[in-house]
Amino acid sequence: MEHIDALTDWSRAQFALTALYHWVFVPLTLGLTFIVAIMETIYVKTGDEWWKKTTQFWMGLLAINFAIGLATGIIMEFEFGTNWSNYSWIVGDIFGAPLAIEGIMAFFMESTFFAVMFFGWNRVSKKFHLLSTWLVAIGSNLSALWILVANGWMQHPVGMTFNPDTARNEMADFWAVLFNPNAYSKFLHTISSGYVLASLFVIGISSWYLLKRRDIKFAKRSIVVAASFGLLTSLFMLTTGDDSAHRVALNQPMKLAAMEGLYKGEDRASIVAFGVLTPDKKPGDEKETFLFSFEIPYALSFLGYHKVDAFVPGVDDLLFGNEKLGIMSVAQKIERGKEAVTALKRYKEAKKANDMPAAEAARKVFEANSEYMGYGYLKKPEEAVPNVPMTFYAFHTMVGLGTLFIALFFMILYAAMTNTLEKRRWLLWGGVISIPLGYLAQELGWITAEVGRQPWAIQDMLPVGMATSNMASSNVMITFWLFAILFTALLIAEVKIMTKQISMGPEGGHHV
Amino acid sequence: MFENFDYLTLQQYWWLLIAVLGALFVFMTFVQGGQTLLHTLGKTESERDLIVNSLGRKWELSFTSLVMFGGALFAAFPLFYAVSFGGAYFVWMAILFCFIIQAVAYEYRKKPDNLFGERTYELFLFINGSLGIILIGTALGTLFTGGNFVVDEMHLSHWTKPTYGLEAVLNPFNVAFGLMLFFLARILGSLYFINNIDEEDIRNRALAIVKRCTIAFLVVFAYVAFELLTMDGYGYDPATKKVFVESGKYLHNFLAMPVVLVIFLLGVVLLLAGIFITLFKGSRKGIWPAGIGTVLTVIALILVLGYNHTAFYPSLSDLQSSLTIENSAGSRYTLVAMSYVSLMVPFVLGYIFAVWRAMDSKKLTIEEVESDPHHY
Ligand code: HDD
Ligand code: HEM
Ligand code: HEM
Repeated sequence: MEHIDALTDWSRAQFALTALYHWVFVPLTLGLTFIVAIMETIYVKTGDEWWKKTTQFWMGLLAINFAIGLATGIIMEFEFGTNWSNYSWIVGDIFGAPLAIEGIMAFFMESTFFAVMFFGWNRVSKKFHLLSTWLVAIGSNLSALWILVANGWMQHPVGMTFNPDTARNEMADFWAVLFNPNAYSKFLHTISSGYVLASLFVIGISSWYLLKRRDIKFAKRSIVVAASFGLLTSLFMLTTGDDSAHRVALNQPMKLAAMEGLYKGEDRASIVAFGVLTPDKKPGDEKETFLFSFEIPYALSFLGYHKVDAFVPGVDDLLFGNEKLGIMSVAQKIERGKEAVTALKRYKEAKKANDMPAAEAARKVFEANSEYMGYGYLKKPEEAVPNVPMTFYAFHTMVGLGTLFIALFFMILYAAMTNTLEKRRWLLWGGVISIPLGYLAQELGWITAEVGRQPWAIQDMLPVGMATSNMASSNVMITFWLFAILFTALLIAEVKIMTKQISMGPEGGHHV
Repeated sequence: MFENFDYLTLQQYWWLLIAVLGALFVFMTFVQGGQTLLHTLGKTESERDLIVNSLGRKWELSFTSLVMFGGALFAAFPLFYAVSFGGAYFVWMAILFCFIIQAVAYEYRKKPDNLFGERTYELFLFINGSLGIILIGTALGTLFTGGNFVVDEMHLSHWTKPTYGLEAVLNPFNVAFGLMLFFLARILGSLYFINNIDEEDIRNRALAIVKRCTIAFLVVFAYVAFELLTMDGYGYDPATKKVFVESGKYLHNFLAMPVVLVIFLLGVVLLLAGIFITLFKGSRKGIWPAGIGTVLTVIALILVLGYNHTAFYPSLSDLQSSLTIENSAGSRYTLVAMSYVSLMVPFVLGYIFAVWRAMDSKKLTIEEVESDPHHY
């Protein structure tokens, strides 16, 4: 079994690595495409050549980012096959559909109109060019929609049935998959966080110009567009983030408990605004959860269930069960899951031997327990608990940063309106350092979502250990390092090119 | 409408769509072929910039067709996705690496401070166009020659060779298949330049390449076609689904499906006609007949591979594990749902075509590239 664990760990590490890299580039694309579309609209409306130059400058940066977004994206799609081939069979019948639709509906739209956006300035009419820019923005956001329908389904699987003959889950209701409420809260939160990041990006770069006292008009105008867009979308991000937490509470209570570092469930649960976890705290022990913490009463009950007196189960309740509340322990679920797994085997054997009554009997047992089948692959109950510190800190840092960004947008916009931006150098510096903080918040959001759902590749249905390809772990180790080296090298190249373009500025070299 | 199709018809419909997507991708490899000609056709810096920019307007479409091909396979034939990608791991990974480096090369090549220098990005383009295409062809060749995998009772699969797919390059048919695509890509690339670029010198050099590569292509093509028609194939009994070896299977398939044979022959004729009018009639539109010919030929090949009770991915380790369009497809429900989605394909092709027309209404020149605010 040792090598299976190593294989799972390397596969997880590789997926995490490639996804985290892909995510460095995607949110900027999601937001900056809209910002340039807005700027170009102003240009077309006013006919002011100056706005055209501004649009083209930000578009140049977008192109640099976009290229590496594609480079890191292609691997993600194929990794489901290369590294999660059991997964591809067991849920591919449902999961493949949104990925294919993403290709047809979104990627072609992006790549077709992208070419017009960059090379069509002198080849197509102004109106058609503007339309193309908007279509790139819409296309990239549509691609986010479909990939999040896929991811939302993993977090909260709906609309399928298990077919014992093919030993896989098959789609039973396309609309349920498409309109999965989980997918929508994720989609809206993710795109709005992308808009926020792009706003921070534009504000940060413009602030830097102001600090250097150069390109003043350009910087100020860009800041006004970005801070307005940022303030609006950050409020939307806050709302949708709250809705995401609500969804997590409903569908993934273990993740919620990990996000909040909640071991013992309680009514009227409070939120820890910040705190330090006791390092060696284990589920079921009597240690205090926090070394110290600052709490907001009732907030968790409200956030999770939109009721101040709702009961929020903790890690211990979910792991060991809580009879009073009717929560089954993981150990029991594992029992039932194992029954489902063996019944399925018996069903298959009986079918092969053409023993229909035995097959029918096995099928009955299977169906009675199939809800817990995923648990049948776990070796011990503790596996059902994700990494609590990682989930907790990632979540809290993200929320903290989000609050900070809202304040920043507000102050920047106020300063811009009162024409005091250049005087408030501390605020401009705040703008500059918010760029890396924005990226940090992005990555932490995904760490919350993805680490928090461990050990499940598909919530309660398919643990990661069962989802991998069946091969030597050394294979994945090799490709992991190849990716780490190649992507890091490309990232360095990208950052160098980007900073060079920024320092050349909107009036700079002609390679914009 | 699709609800009324039976399961087998849906599977066949999806195999046809896969064939069309695969064929469009092969057509789009003119981008890759063009990349390998960068230094052969471009003798000066501005000529090379022109070439890169001419391809640069199309490369994303070729990239996206590959992604789409993968996505459609995943949705329609998930078992193939699982078995082949998770088994022939290193071949697919090598292919992906060749495409990762392509994606950054166009944008970063000319940028100041680009870490690796212009020549490295040109090398990336070359690797993508040569190794990338030869490997894709090799992988496609294994669909005829087979892979070393086993699929168990639960439909979970594993590979039986520790080289995880790299062994495919030891089979001459697979490699010839790869080389065939490579020469074809270079021919199409040259035809594309002749059509797209207004520079006398580049055009003349491209004509010479068309000549040379056509000879190489025809030699390899003759070998592949001969092997294909004489090799053992893998058929299955429609009633029991048992797979068996059948000599001359692909020849039989052509004869059993005369329409496919006609498509194939028409494709080859159009391809050759495109080359002919370019070389001997001074036409600049050769890319169109050659492109359509390529698409038809590839569609016919993929249909011969999967239709008429043929295992489209034979297993060399366990005959009965071989994949057929029947045993590897998504559920009936999914195929129906996705078939509705597929009705969007003509619409997508339509706007791509319209945009392509609008963007290519004038030929590209060095002056335009140099005056463009955003160029590669
Ligand atoms: C700029 C980045 C950023 C910022 C400041 C925030 N988020 Fe976020 N958050 C994301 C970027 C992000 C993300 C990267 O987009 C995630 C990862 C998974 C997802 O769907 O979106 C995410 C996930 C995510 C999840 C987990 C969803 C799941 O597990 O399915 C929750 C509960 C929140 N967020 C809540 C919030 C709240 C209440 C915020 C307060 C302002 C907040 N986020 C700010
Ligand atoms: C929240 C998660 C994701 C979002 C919102 C997202 C969105 C995007 C966007 C906007 C692009 C356009 C290029 C760019 O980045 O600049 C892109 C590229 C790509 N993404 Fe992702 N992505 C996500 C995760 C994934 C995953 C998990 C996969 C694997 C299926 C994937 C596959 C791809 C591919 C194949 C490309 C290249 C597309 C092309 O050919 O145009 N992405 N993604
Ligand atoms: C692009 C943004 C994303 C980031 C940064 C991200 C991050 C991660 C991380 C950190 C892991 C490893 C978790 C662990 O093993 O502890 C992971 C695993 C995984 N993620 Fe994501 N993820 C992203 C989007 C997605 C999307 C959109 C999908 C599906 C459509 C997806 C599917 C998976 C799968 C299949 C695994 C491996 C199995 C597992 O660990 O559950 N991810 N991801």
